[in-house]
Amino acid sequence: MAAQKKLPFWADAILLPTLNLLAAFLVSGLVIWGLGEDPLEALSLMVDGAFGFQEGVGYTFYYATNFVFTGLAVSVAYHAGLFNIGGEGQAMLGGLGLTLAVFLVGDVSPVLAVLLAIVGAAAFGGAWAFIPAYLQAKRGSHVVITTIMFNFIASALLAYLLVGPLQRPGGQMPESADFPDGVSLMHLQDLFAMMGFTYESGPLNLSALIAVLCAVGVWFMLWRTRFGYELRVVGQNQNAARYAGISVTRMTVIAMMISGGLAGMMGLNELLGEQLRLLGNFTLGYGFVGIAVAFMGRNHPVGIVLAAMLFGALYQGGAELAFEMPNIQRDYIVLIQGLVILFAGAMEHLFRDPVERVFRHFSERRAA
Amino acid sequence: MEFFTDMILLMDSTLRTATPLVLAALAGLVAERSGIVDIGLEGKMLAAAFAAAAAAAVTGSPWMGMLAGVGASVFLALLHGWVSIAQRGNQIVSGMAINIAVAGLAPTLANFWFQKGGQTPLLGDEARFSTITLPFADALADVPVIGALYSELISGHNLITYLAAALIPLVAWMLYKTRFGLRLRAVGENPEAVDTAGISVTLLRYQAMVIAGVLCGLSGSVLSTGLGGGFIRDMSAGKGYLALAAMIFGRWKPVPTLLACLLFGFVDALQGRLQGVALPLIGEIPVQFTMMLPYVLTVVILAGFAGRMDAPKASGTPYEKDH
Amino acid sequence: MTNAFAIEARGLSKSFGDVKANDQIALKVPGGTVHGIVGENGAGKSTLLKMLFGLYRADSGDILVCGQTQHFTDPSDAMAAGIGMVHQHFMLVEPFTVLENIILGAEGSANLDAAKEAARAKLLMLEDQFGFNLPLDTPVEKLSVGVRQRAEILKALYRGAEILILDEPTAVLTPQECEQLFALVRQLKDQGKTILFVTHKLHEIMAVTDDVTVIRAGKTVAECKTADTNPEELAELMVGAKVVRKTARKQHETEIARLRLTDVHADGDHGLELKDINLEVFDGEVLGIAGVAGNGQTELLEIITGLRAVREGVIHMGGEIIANDRLVTNPIALRRMGMAHVAEDRLKTGVVESMSARDNAILGYQREKEFSSGGILKLKAIAQKAAAYFETQDVRPRNPDLPIASFSGGNQQKLVIAREIARDPQLMVIGQPTRGVDIGAVTKIHDQITELRNAGKAILVVSADLDELLSISDRIAVMCEGEIVGTMNVEDATETKLGLMMAGDKREAS
Repeated sequence: MAAQKKLPFWADAILLPTLNLLAAFLVSGLVIWGLGEDPLEALSLMVDGAFGFQEGVGYTFYYATNFVFTGLAVSVAYHAGLFNIGGEGQAMLGGLGLTLAVFLVGDVSPVLAVLLAIVGAAAFGGAWAFIPAYLQAKRGSHVVITTIMFNFIASALLAYLLVGPLQRPGGQMPESADFPDGVSLMHLQDLFAMMGFTYESGPLNLSALIAVLCAVGVWFMLWRTRFGYELRVVGQNQNAARYAGISVTRMTVIAMMISGGLAGMMGLNELLGEQLRLLGNFTLGYGFVGIAVAFMGRNHPVGIVLAAMLFGALYQGGAELAFEMPNIQRDYIVLIQGLVILFAGAMEHLFRDPVERVFRHFSERRAA
Repeated sequence: MEFFTDMILLMDSTLRTATPLVLAALAGLVAERSGIVDIGLEGKMLAAAFAAAAAAAVTGSPWMGMLAGVGASVFLALLHGWVSIAQRGNQIVSGMAINIAVAGLAPTLANFWFQKGGQTPLLGDEARFSTITLPFADALADVPVIGALYSELISGHNLITYLAAALIPLVAWMLYKTRFGLRLRAVGENPEAVDTAGISVTLLRYQAMVIAGVLCGLSGSVLSTGLGGGFIRDMSAGKGYLALAAMIFGRWKPVPTLLACLLFGFVDALQGRLQGVALPLIGEIPVQFTMMLPYVLTVVILAGFAGRMDAPKASGTPYEKDH
Repeated sequence: MTNAFAIEARGLSKSFGDVKANDQIALKVPGGTVHGIVGENGAGKSTLLKMLFGLYRADSGDILVCGQTQHFTDPSDAMAAGIGMVHQHFMLVEPFTVLENIILGAEGSANLDAAKEAARAKLLMLEDQFGFNLPLDTPVEKLSVGVRQRAEILKALYRGAEILILDEPTAVLTPQECEQLFALVRQLKDQGKTILFVTHKLHEIMAVTDDVTVIRAGKTVAECKTADTNPEELAELMVGAKVVRKTARKQHETEIARLRLTDVHADGDHGLELKDINLEVFDGEVLGIAGVAGNGQTELLEIITGLRAVREGVIHMGGEIIANDRLVTNPIALRRMGMAHVAEDRLKTGVVESMSARDNAILGYQREKEFSSGGILKLKAIAQKAAAYFETQDVRPRNPDLPIASFSGGNQQKLVIAREIARDPQLMVIGQPTRGVDIGAVTKIHDQITELRNAGKAILVVSADLDELLSISDRIAVMCEGEIVGTMNVEDATETKLGLMMAGDKREAS
């Protein structure tokens, strides 16, 4: 067993993800073609929709903000050896925590309410991940299945609250009352205006900066702290973790709660940044997008931010596309997600093996 | 007497809701016994439900629907097999990817073909597997107890439910009484032993995936052409995961898995009955809470009876020949 | 037929990447003989066997069975040619019965019940012929290792094997079980079977073979009649230079029990129980723990190193209690108290395979001030330390950034030992010090253990290799079925004595 030749950094970090992505897009293009539309035209419509005008760019980054939160959530759990599919439910509960915080102190102090809302979102999201995490750690109950069940339960719980105790007084829709005035995260276009220039960035708001801070924080935690080291050891080899004096139970629970907290913070962008009320279905599957984003981004925060922007563009471009091409609905974007997860997450070897062969071939030729 | 009738009706709908579960659970069982974890049951079910409804809507024949449903499911099973066997990919990730991709593809195609917002048209009676009245059911209906049991509970299900009832012993027989079953069970426990005995691990696993695909295809078909009358968005509603939980609860054995599915079916039937009913002491339970029941039950079951002790030892790990 | 060999290899070669595992191997085995193949770990024996059994395909060279050139593409071809193999790790499906295991892949009928009955009749005849008496309907997981091995041999015979390859068959047996195996091998030979007996233990070669082939570094270095050679000559051929059997040792006697287990009971795996364990390890000595694998040694290591709870009794380290029925001390605390632990199963426990050698260099010590403060890792200090370990232990290749999985077993073990001795521990707990380690590193590791002992450290070593224990220990304790059967000074220990104790015979202990 000779030491395996490692691929150069750029091939590993850029070439392979790009190939995986291209493969996923190729299949997606075939589907568009099968739907009787021109894939290239669709592509140009999407690019135009996502980047062609100021508000489009704003929306692209607005969606990307959601995906940074949910992508980081998946990756923190993944580094601890856990597959957290429960981002959707954790985001819902995060939204609930946020809303409760807002109504609790919103009338007293908007600033305090915003701060408490951030804490509430993370805390409720984390708490919703606690039970699956605990059951995995203590009882070996498969976290994939339990977190999915918790998505269904969260959805039913939210539905109940929004037609019951939390429903807008006198309202018919499953939504809460509007947040009190001033309890929101500032839109960036307003911030730009204050700084003296105009950029119509739509709903893009301060949560985008919070998301970037979270990405930096996750990177620092995973690769620069002892806690992150221990978390990664647990994720790679539980026996070795015990040998090194690390409590696998404790680490499993904490990692899942951090993961849930990050997913929970998605509500900051959707609710506190834009909707200013709690909606029954505000998560719209963004929790699942996090899986694709995490795999596409190689579970590294930098990659996740890039992948989130790509998916942001897909969502925004896809919305424009659905407008122009009646055969293509937003469901189509869900298909692309699935394909990206498949190619980037499960079919790594499809391109890795040939690329390694090519590199070996060239390095041998150079040696000879 | 009214209680008795109520119970019969409850049991009757238990059998109905348990049908897709037990078929999917058996699919998961065959796959895992061969060493491949199949969390993609959900996606295969949904794909089959859509394909069956679409084909039935176009051809007017539930049989063509079933064929299309099974075909779609087998295709996805082979894809998952290829990723797991040839690509040595992460089986959980692959399964999830298939689930998500189907959740996007099925409504896209439905919209393209039928322009009904991601659904198929409502199927007419001739395009569905209608309920089958067993011989003498009407004649016996008036006989006390037995008559009701026979005509209400046993009789009056759709074809796939009866097919499922026949498939359970068939799968059990295949696993425990045939050469193929012996090899299948062996490959999930110790693929190296199978390999050195001169049997192809790869072929066995693909065979298992085809069987799983067929079973899961039937499961999806019954959703849209047996129990329901067409495909609607997300109609599998987590049943694929419930089936996996039932299989784990049933310790990877056919008969206990069947019992677990019946339990799930019962809870599902019960939640249907509880809607809008005022219970003593508690009062009326909000519908959202009764809907949670199967999901809460799954978590409780996994918490209480999990443990990988009984799982096939090699399940989830790709087999690599060393050379 | 008369001149043809039962099995013959001509110029067999096989490379993995740049490594020539087998280089022009030649082998000639006359029918009806027992032929020994000896070589150190990593000499290329396994590769040769896998080619003979169709698991690997040779890069070049020929395999002949009864004079016919063979082209095996997989094991079924080899079996069809009459070759059977008993692998070092048994190829048995544990929940299956002996009968089911034997017929797997050779069932005959598609109807399992019919296949079983047909096989049963044939097996009873075979059992009669070769003197087996196996419980055909018992699940394999309930059987002892020796019985499982017989099931494997019967499985090969059932498939019509005329040539049997036994790969390191004694590695997991007690000396008494070995004797039974040798008797069986002789009986098989009397019935006309040809046997390839592969081992790295020389006395086994002397005891059971007719001829012997020595392999070193992938090459055939000698082939001779067993009667014409002796263990010393074979050892020299195997290793390539004169071997010094005993490590230099300085007598060291003190009264401080660094580690003391008093009346310890604990629950083990697979229903095993540790019962009434009493042990002491003193400063300046090596206490070896012998026993057949699975008799509680793993659990013993775990209770000492804080990885498993004790049900009854007390464990002291120095003067302090480190474990009792209410207390399990965290491994990190134990390390700070001066205990170092070289884990028995390196890849499963001792390292994190996918992480770099550098990250592995602090495993278990990540909370020391040297490597982290205020929760932040000191990357520079960690890198320097890893580089230092590489230097002092001569770990190759000199690249701490590579994943630990890409180092050889010996280099991994050297790094682990460097990590564990770096903080000058008072007590070393070592499981299988040289398992999966190449010969060059073995000597170095043994010398290092002796040096530590001479420096006054207390050392507890668990090993499956009796030769190893006899050469490095001062005292040896033997475990069987979760109990310490007895303890003796190494001067009083012989393989026979230890073997009887390993089989549970307590009389030898006194």
